[in-house]
Amino acid sequence: MTQENFSARRENQAQPVEAEQVQVNTAGTSAGVDDLLDEIDSVLESNAEEFVRGFIQKGGQ
Amino acid sequence: MDRRIFGLETEFGLNYVPSDGRRLTPEDAARHLFRPVVAWGRSSNVFLNNGSRLYLDVGSHPEYATAECDQLLQLIAHDRAGETVMLDLVEQAEEQLLEEGHEGRLFLFKNNVDSAGNSYGCHENYLIPRKVEFKRLADMLIPFLVTRQLLCGAGHLVQVEDETKYVFSQRADHMWEGVSSATTRSRPIINTRDEPHADAEYHRRLHVIVGDSSMSETTQLLKIGATDLVLRLIESGEIYHDLRLENPIRSIRNISHEFTGQTVVRLMSGDEPTALQLQWKILELVKGFVARHGAHHDQVERVLELWERVLVAVESQDFSLIDQDIDWAIKHKLITGYAAKNNLALDSHRIAQLNLTYHDIDPTRGLFHLLRRRGLASSVLDPQAIADAVENPPATTRAAVRSKFIRAARETGRRYSTDWVHMKYEEGEGGVVLCKDPFATTNSAVDELIEMMRRPV
Repeated sequence: MTQENFSARRENQAQPVEAEQVQVNTAGTSAGVDDLLDEIDSVLESNAEEFVRGFIQKGGQ
Repeated sequence: MDRRIFGLETEFGLNYVPSDGRRLTPEDAARHLFRPVVAWGRSSNVFLNNGSRLYLDVGSHPEYATAECDQLLQLIAHDRAGETVMLDLVEQAEEQLLEEGHEGRLFLFKNNVDSAGNSYGCHENYLIPRKVEFKRLADMLIPFLVTRQLLCGAGHLVQVEDETKYVFSQRADHMWEGVSSATTRSRPIINTRDEPHADAEYHRRLHVIVGDSSMSETTQLLKIGATDLVLRLIESGEIYHDLRLENPIRSIRNISHEFTGQTVVRLMSGDEPTALQLQWKILELVKGFVARHGAHHDQVERVLELWERVLVAVESQDFSLIDQDIDWAIKHKLITGYAAKNNLALDSHRIAQLNLTYHDIDPTRGLFHLLRRRGLASSVLDPQAIADAVENPPATTRAAVRSKFIRAARETGRRYSTDWVHMKYEEGEGGVVLCKDPFATTNSAVDELIEMMRRPV
C-alpha cells in the first residue's frame, strides 16, 4: 500500500485541461453565435429525451 | 471572525449512458466509480492526501468535501480540485467497464436536481464563534439566504402551473424548513446539527444547505464572499435592521419563480419589501460595515462590486452585465439563445438537455466549460492553483496536519484512520491524537505519532 494516490493519470497530467484557453472571442458576431451553436450540437448526446429521462437518482441531502 | 474556516461539500449527480443498450443502476455506476478509491483506502469513505474527504453519500451520490480552508480563492481551488478527482475516477471507471464488456459513458453533474425531481446538495460550512447567539444569527441570516439566490442561483427550468419557466434556483423548490437538525427528511435552510469539528467551547459550525452548486468560480466567489461578510456583520453585534420573514419557505420559492426580483416578501414586522429591496438593504448594511471596519481580505472589493452589479442587472433586467459571471445568467443566455435560434420552447427535451449538460463537469463536453473555453464565462483561478489543490492541502489550516499524517502513514504502510479531528495509528502500541484547533498547521503529538509509526512494531 505505498501507492501515492489512486489517480490513473497523475504523471501525464502536467498540463491541466483548463489551460487550453481558446482566445477567439467571436461571441458578438452572428458567425460566432452560429459557430457556438454548432459546437454545442456536436457535444450533446443525440437522443435528448432519453438522455434527460435516464438521469434519475435517489434523493441526497 | 477575521479569519474563518470554510468548507464546501458537493454531491454530484451520476448517470451512466450505455451505447450498447445495457443500463446500469445508479448504485452499480457508483460502485464502479469508487472501485479505485476502495482499492486505495479500503473504504468508500476516505480522506485524501490533500486533506479532503471523498465518499459515497446517501442515495449513491459521489461527494467531495473540501479540506478546511481559510481563504476564498483557496476554497474555490479546493472545490474545483474535487471535480478533477471525480473526472479521474470517471476515466478509470469507463475503462474498467469497457473491459467488462460495458460500452458507455459516465456523466457527473455538479447540479442539485435530477429528472425525477430528487434533490441533492451543496453544503457550505462556516466556523462561527460559540458566543454568537444562534437564534439571533438565524433570524438575521435567513432573510439574506432566502434572497441570495438572486446573486448565485444556478438557474433551472421549473413547471409553474402550466408553464415551464426559467427560475433562479435549483434548490429553492426543495427546501421545507427554516432551521432544523435534519438534512434528508426535511430540508432546512440552515442545519443546526452541532458538530463543530473544533473546540466546542469556542466554536460552532454553521451548516448552510440551501445553496445551489456553482459551476462558475466567479459565482462561487460571490456566494461564499457575501455570506462571510454578512456573518461578520452579525458577529459584530452591531444593531441590524429587523428583516425576519413571515414565511421563509414560501418566500424562497416565490422569489425563485419571479425572474424580475420584484417578488413581495412579507416580513414579521408587517413591512412588504421586494426581494431586490431586501438585497439592496443588506448590501448597504454590509458596505457600511466594511467602510467602518475596513476590508478583512483582498477579495472584499471584488465581492462587493459583483454583488452590486448583480442587483443592478436584476433591477434593470439587463443580464448582459453579469452573463459571464453568474451561473443563472450564463445559463439563461445559453438556453434562451439556443431556443430562439432553433425555434424551441422551454419545455422541449433539447432545452432540458442543455439545462442539465451545463453542469456536466467534463471539460470537453460540459456546456459551462465549452462557454468558458470560448471566453463566454469568467474564471477567478489560475488553473495551476486547481492542479496544486488536487495534490496539496491548504497550508494555512489543520488540513496540513491531516495531510502530513496520511502521507506518512501510507509511506510506512501501517494501519491508520482519520476523520476531521482525529488522527489514529492502529498498530503496535498505537495512539490517537485529537486536533481541536482547525487553525493550527502543526501538531507535535501528531509528529510523535508519525515517529512511532516509523519504528518497528
